[in-house]
Amino acid sequence: MQLESMYQEIILDHYRNPHHKGLRDPYDAEVHHVNPTCGDEVTLRVRLDGDDVADVSYDAMGCSISQASASVMADLIIGRPVKDAMNTGDEFLKLMKSKGQLDPDEEVLEDAVAFTGVSKYPARIKCALLAWMAWKDATAKAMEAQA
Amino acid sequence: MTDDGRLDLSNIDDLINERTKIVALAHQSNVLGTVNPIREVTAKAHAAGALVLVDGAQSVPQMPVDVRELDVDFYGFTAHKLCGPTGIGVLWGRRELLEALPPFLGGGEMIETVAMERSTFAPPPHKFEAGTMPIAEAAGLSAAIDYLRDVGLEEIHTYEHELLDYALSQLREVEGLRLLGPADATDRGGALSFTLDGLDGREIHPHDVSQVLDAHGVAVRAGHHCARPLHRRFGITASTRASLYFYNTRAEVDALADGLRQTQKFFGTA
Repeated sequence: MQLESMYQEIILDHYRNPHHKGLRDPYDAEVHHVNPTCGDEVTLRVRLDGDDVADVSYDAMGCSISQASASVMADLIIGRPVKDAMNTGDEFLKLMKSKGQLDPDEEVLEDAVAFTGVSKYPARIKCALLAWMAWKDATAKAMEAQA
Repeated sequence: MTDDGRLDLSNIDDLINERTKIVALAHQSNVLGTVNPIREVTAKAHAAGALVLVDGAQSVPQMPVDVRELDVDFYGFTAHKLCGPTGIGVLWGRRELLEALPPFLGGGEMIETVAMERSTFAPPPHKFEAGTMPIAEAAGLSAAIDYLRDVGLEEIHTYEHELLDYALSQLREVEGLRLLGPADATDRGGALSFTLDGLDGREIHPHDVSQVLDAHGVAVRAGHHCARPLHRRFGITASTRASLYFYNTRAEVDALADGLRQTQKFFGTA
C-alpha cells in the first residue's frame, strides 16, 4: 500500500527511538530552522574537530519524517569528514527531488534510502530535508567562525 | 483566551480604554470554531471611542450576517471561503468612515481630476478601487453569493449546526483525541481542530495524521492554520483541522472518525 512505501519500518524505528537526540555542549554553532507550513521545528548544534564532524546534537519537534530524518542523518555523518557529509547531503537532496524515479545509492546513503518513498509526496519533502538544511547551515556558520 | 477556546473578556475594560483606536477581531475562529460576541465587544469599543473591524471570513459563509445589527464599523470577508473564486474579497465600511479614509492605491477610476500639482479623488467605493478590477473574480463572487442565497444561509447554518453536533459526539468517542475550542455546538462553527495521541499515549504529529487520512480519502489540514500564537497558548505547535461545510455528510464524519482510528493503528507500537 502507498502509505507503507513512505513510512518504511526504518523510519518508524528512528521516529520512536531517535539517535543522538538532545542538545549537547560544547558546540561550535547552533541554528533554528522551521517548516512553517506544518509546524516542524529543529534546533541543531554542530561541533567540528578539524575537518571532521565531531558531533551533531539536536532538539526537534515535528512529524515522523522530520524526526526520523534527523536521527538517520546524525548516524550518517557523525565522525566523518565535513566534505563527505556534505556529499551525502547532496545525494539525499537529489533523492528527495527525484519524484520516486531514482534508484538510491545505498553505499552513500545507507539507512537514508528508506526515505525514497517520501520523494513521491511533495508536501513531505521539506520534512525530510529540514535537519539536513539545518546541519548545512550550522556547519557553514561553524566553519566561518573557524576561519 | 479561556481554556475552552472562548475570548476571555474578564479584563476587557482594561484592554479597551480611552487610548484604544481600533479593535480588530474575528467573527468566527478558523481554528477553534468559536463565534465571538461581536455586539458585546463593539459596545465596549464604541463606549471607549474606538472603531471596530471584524474579520468575517469564516462567519459569512456559514450564517446570515447583518452588519448593522452587529453595529460594527468595518467588516471583511473573502470569496474563496463561500464557494467563490480566489483573489477577491469584500470590505464593508460605514460611509462616513470610508469618506474620511485616504486612498491607499492610485490609478484609473479612483480619481476625479488629475493635475501635475495635485489630484482629487472619487467618492467611495471607487476611491479604493484603482485600475482594472478583478472582473472575472467579481463575476465569480456574485455567482457564489447567488448560489448560497438560493441554498439559504439560515438553512446552511441549521444544517451545519446539526452536523457539527454529530461530529462533536463522534470525535468525543475517539480515544486520545483532544479537541481544541468549545466542546459543544453553541456559538461555535464547523472548524474542528484537534491533536491525536496514539494507542501508546505518544502524540501523532498532525502532518502524519493528515497523511494517513489522505490515504483513506479524507482531506484535512495540518499545521498551525495561520494561528501560531493561538497554538502556543494551548501548549502545542500544530494541530489537525477538519472543517465542515453544508456539502459534508454524516457518512463523511464517520469516515473521519474511522480514519483517525486507522491512523492510531498505523502508528501503533509493534
